[in-house]
Amino acid sequence: MKIIVAIKQVPDRDSQVRVDASGKWIVDTDLQYAMNESDAHALEEALQLKEKTAEAGGEVIVVTAGAESAGTVIREALAKGADRAIHILADDLPSRDSFGVASLLAAAVKDEKPDLILAGLQSEDLGNGQTGVILAELLGLPHATLILNVEKTDIGLRVKRELEEGWFQNIELPTPALLTIQSGGNKLRYATLMGIKRAKTKEVRQVAAASLGADVPAVAVLEQITLPKKQKSTQMLSGSPKEAAAALVEKLRLEVHVL
Amino acid sequence: MSGILVILQQRSDNKIARINWEALTATQRLGGDVTAVILGADVQTAAAEIAAKAPSKVIAVEHPLLNPYTADGFVAALHQLIESENPTHIVFPHTYQVRDYAPALAARFKQVLISDVTAIAEGPVFTRSIMQGRLSANYRHAGSGPCFLSVQAGAFPVDLPAPAAAATVTPFAPTIDAAQIRTKPGEPYRATTQAVDLSSAQLIVGVGRGIKSQENLPIVEELAAALGAELAASRPICDNGWLPMERQVGSSGQTVAPKLYIAAGISGAIQHLVGMKGSQCIVAINKDPDAPIFEVADYGIVGDLMEVVPAITAAVKAAKQ
Repeated sequence: MKIIVAIKQVPDRDSQVRVDASGKWIVDTDLQYAMNESDAHALEEALQLKEKTAEAGGEVIVVTAGAESAGTVIREALAKGADRAIHILADDLPSRDSFGVASLLAAAVKDEKPDLILAGLQSEDLGNGQTGVILAELLGLPHATLILNVEKTDIGLRVKRELEEGWFQNIELPTPALLTIQSGGNKLRYATLMGIKRAKTKEVRQVAAASLGADVPAVAVLEQITLPKKQKSTQMLSGSPKEAAAALVEKLRLEVHVL
Repeated sequence: MSGILVILQQRSDNKIARINWEALTATQRLGGDVTAVILGADVQTAAAEIAAKAPSKVIAVEHPLLNPYTADGFVAALHQLIESENPTHIVFPHTYQVRDYAPALAARFKQVLISDVTAIAEGPVFTRSIMQGRLSANYRHAGSGPCFLSVQAGAFPVDLPAPAAAATVTPFAPTIDAAQIRTKPGEPYRATTQAVDLSSAQLIVGVGRGIKSQENLPIVEELAAALGAELAASRPICDNGWLPMERQVGSSGQTVAPKLYIAAGISGAIQHLVGMKGSQCIVAINKDPDAPIFEVADYGIVGDLMEVVPAITAAVKAAKQ
């Protein structure tokens, strides 16, 4: 199977995010970056599928849109076992909406004729949760979202989809298809030293976003970023752990009445 | 273009869940004639429930191929309805089902869904969370096409004027060919029988990524035991297999509303918050003072849970003696 995995570089979940001077994006100096978590699970699912269906011509190709610095997540994916990569160079990713980003991805991968495209369910930065579904629509592929497990069958794929409140369902669909992958369905591998070494010899095709002829003005325009409004007035209990704990227990007894 | 469509979703028992009324409430902020839309193979019961509850008009979109739900079927049916109605806005409740098809539907109109909206201001300006809830972003819809948006569960408390009389229900019969439905969905199932019913628990101690490793779990287990509380967890803890799935709170797990919810090392991503923000009292313990969990907390302690939680356990034991 020829599998394309769409990945995104996002600020690491533990890094401090602050609004920048423009009020339209975050301060990106000193920010730590990582591969989006559900994209990492999509990559893992692709690598496992390739290993399970070890027929001739099996290939895992990662594609990302982002600045030059997003090359870090491409190298990580190649070190983990992806065969090659397509890097759509775009410095203005935050100003494009999901349709705009999906249009770039569609233009970059349409000639690859993959059997399967996997994308993470949702990015950890903007959290629109749509790029994969729009990509399927633009390429005319059937899709399924929130997928935890993918099995190849004689006629296509059988996938396990997460529903709300602890329910699941299996879905059968033909290939080529697009799936968005939920975190936690598989266990992520680490890159081996050998993998890191091999990654250096693998093909990374860089394409300028403008050269794809797929620029679409944003319909959803991000105007301003602010600190969230507090939904409750929080009483912060300070002091040493022991002091804070004593203050809390007092509140639980006298105000919340649970002790 | 005129009027607003709000696309409601019926449950498997043909009833309408609360998030739909919240979407209807949010829709009223936009101004304009509201038409509620319900679609499926048989929606008469649901349409009657909606008609009795509020908007001026209800459209019942029926076709045998709309049950079971498929993205292909719903996109085809709603594409035809939207072309026929030509609305300014299309509003959805932000459910897993909507996340599955609405982005494709919007893309068919060269539009993008403004998803998981938490507030609507003059303009209209739509607010949604970004960066895992650490920041809020305001969006405006540009261009001349219809605007698609979905609203977050719990963000718009139900506030609907009592209707003078039941609305009229207008049928709409889309044309769908069986060959258009490319996916074959199976029956929903539960992985395990739920042995733990967190929804009736009065006291809950929830644990998140901040616990760092499975070996540290006894720290929170001891606090739960001292309080007589149930232990719950955010998704990553259950994904790692450190606690069983049935203890997961959030959009993919259980929804809880205890008297007391202590969130230890939970940053407060929206997927977790929707499952517990209805708790009467929320205590948050986190090393990051900017963690979004503090936005919904009544009491907050900034610190390392490895130190703070054992201190609380000791204080609770002392108080109970």
